[in-house]
Amino acid sequence: MSEPESANPGTADPPDPAGTVTAATPTPVAESKAGDRSPWNWLLFVPIVVPLVTAFFNQDSPRLFGFPVFYWLQLAFVLLGVASTTLVYQMTKRRG
Amino acid sequence: MWRDHLTEIIVFTLLFLLVSAMGFVAARWRAPKDMAHLDEWGLGGRSFGGWITWFLVGGDLYTAYTFVAVPALLFGAGAAGFFAVPYTVIIYPLVFLLLVRLWSVSHRHGFVTPADFVRQRFGSPTLALLIAITGIAATMPYIALQLVGIEAVLKTMGVTGESTVARHLPIIIAFAILAAYTYQSGLRAPALIAFVKDTLIYIVILVAVIYLPYKLGGWGEIFDAADAKFDASPSPGDGILLNQNNQLQYITLALGSALALFLYPHSITGVLASKNRDVIKRNMSALPAYSLLLGLIALLGYMAIAANVKPLPGATEGSVDNNTVVPLLFEQQFPSWFAGIAFAAIGIGALVPAAIMSIAAANLFTRNIYKEYLKRDATAAQEANVSKIASLVVKVGAVACIVFLDPQFSIDLQLIGGVIILQTLPAVALGLYTRWFHRGALIAGWAAGMGLGMWMLYQIPNPATKREHFGGSAFALEKFGLDTPKTIYVGLVAVAVNLLVAVIFTLILRAAKVAEGPDGTNRDDYFADEGDPRLVPVPVSTPTPRRASDDVPTEPVA
Repeated sequence: MSEPESANPGTADPPDPAGTVTAATPTPVAESKAGDRSPWNWLLFVPIVVPLVTAFFNQDSPRLFGFPVFYWLQLAFVLLGVASTTLVYQMTKRRG
Repeated sequence: MWRDHLTEIIVFTLLFLLVSAMGFVAARWRAPKDMAHLDEWGLGGRSFGGWITWFLVGGDLYTAYTFVAVPALLFGAGAAGFFAVPYTVIIYPLVFLLLVRLWSVSHRHGFVTPADFVRQRFGSPTLALLIAITGIAATMPYIALQLVGIEAVLKTMGVTGESTVARHLPIIIAFAILAAYTYQSGLRAPALIAFVKDTLIYIVILVAVIYLPYKLGGWGEIFDAADAKFDASPSPGDGILLNQNNQLQYITLALGSALALFLYPHSITGVLASKNRDVIKRNMSALPAYSLLLGLIALLGYMAIAANVKPLPGATEGSVDNNTVVPLLFEQQFPSWFAGIAFAAIGIGALVPAAIMSIAAANLFTRNIYKEYLKRDATAAQEANVSKIASLVVKVGAVACIVFLDPQFSIDLQLIGGVIILQTLPAVALGLYTRWFHRGALIAGWAAGMGLGMWMLYQIPNPATKREHFGGSAFALEKFGLDTPKTIYVGLVAVAVNLLVAVIFTLILRAAKVAEGPDGTNRDDYFADEGDPRLVPVPVSTPTPRRASDDVPTEPVA
């Protein structure tokens, strides 16, 4: 009964090209076969990886409203996360 | 003296009494005909919509301790404490797809705990028992820590005493009330109270981040004051930016903490209580509102530096309790009535997660120890009853931890808790995706990860408190024989070794043809949604009147 899926530590479902359906043309049958797979899911990696590359923003300037870049940029990453998850949700929504 | 804080104490007490009353009334909120079922008591009937889930999970993950301890970290060490922001940014995309799978398979089979899932997936009660015990052990000190949050507030209000009993009496009373209404109302109590808690927190923080910078000369001044303080301090690790040696720690701690968060049983309880997959997915976009809040709260630590806050003395001679800086900042900068509201927000903020955590720990005991090993044929009513009693025991244990042990001990245990809960990742999180691992290999990996994690934590000293062991989670890589001053988060190393061992043992056990055990789930289970006829029906419930709040899509509000 084991699923031949790759083990991907706690993250996004790696889309299988053969199993994907485009978000624009879902059919109920294809949906249940395809499960959660969609190429849009790859977008979720962006807000996971970007905040962890501290070397790019571990500095004081440029400041914004007095915030060093290290602080305002990381707070801005919250919005990046929201944008990515919202987009993935909207694009992979089950319709009908 | 407490008399100087009378206004604060009155405001605090009134708000506390208000939520206590709500806790008891919650039993009738969206009430079922029959509360004597674990799905009703422990999961609120699995019926929560977008808004309720947002408040419940938000109130559950962002605890009072977080709100007190994260600014304290920035106050003490600077940028390193800001890891809480990337941690709570990456968590939602990380679990976005994982949680809906868990929701689906849990509803198809009636799982209440992560260990229920592991048992069915890998056909191994032993592995499930290990997952359950790990979950309980990681959750208990977390509950105790919520009390540390309340104590920081009480201390600031001067509610303290000479004897052990006098000092802890307010907390004992608060927890007795909490225990009573959790016993009666189950998960509905924290769900209802979370509305009040989060509203208070949002009000307090929005006021604080607008008013305090104005009073303290602007954000630029605040960061400069912090910078000046860290420049003057002899410690090499602090500063408003990271340095060469703690960047790896910052990254691995953020990632490791994010991987751990939704393995905690109380997080999963909040997720399983939602009514469908869409509610979870929408919340992955809406919950970051709390992360933004947390980031702003963290900066209160720098405001405390700019405002010259001096933390109150700690439990031992000569030490200071940095956890008091945020309450002290509020008291110093705000009128007493508003400080009272802020204190109530923190105090009530401790009750919501404490209630959910005790329910989650109780469910683990009931499903994976009591039902599995003590009484196989337990009825639904018996299960609910055992869980209610277990939740009381858990809370008594948490209070005992605080009263009889040094609070530092709870903080150490919580640190260990994060490392050990990560060791359930291969079975729980990867198990949702693949059945490739052998059940025996998962047990071996768990043991290896636990052992290594413990050993690494034991090796870490804390120069500030002059303790030689369990002094933090930053492990010096030079202890592995590497020629570098860099440090790394223990949990991530331990779980990597755990995975490696699990892979190797899977190959060995499979080659040796050791029985794999049945997989009680099938591929379709992971995609089932609300309305699927094959879902395990939630038992007997009166058709609850629909509330507007259920139908409003959740949007980020902050």
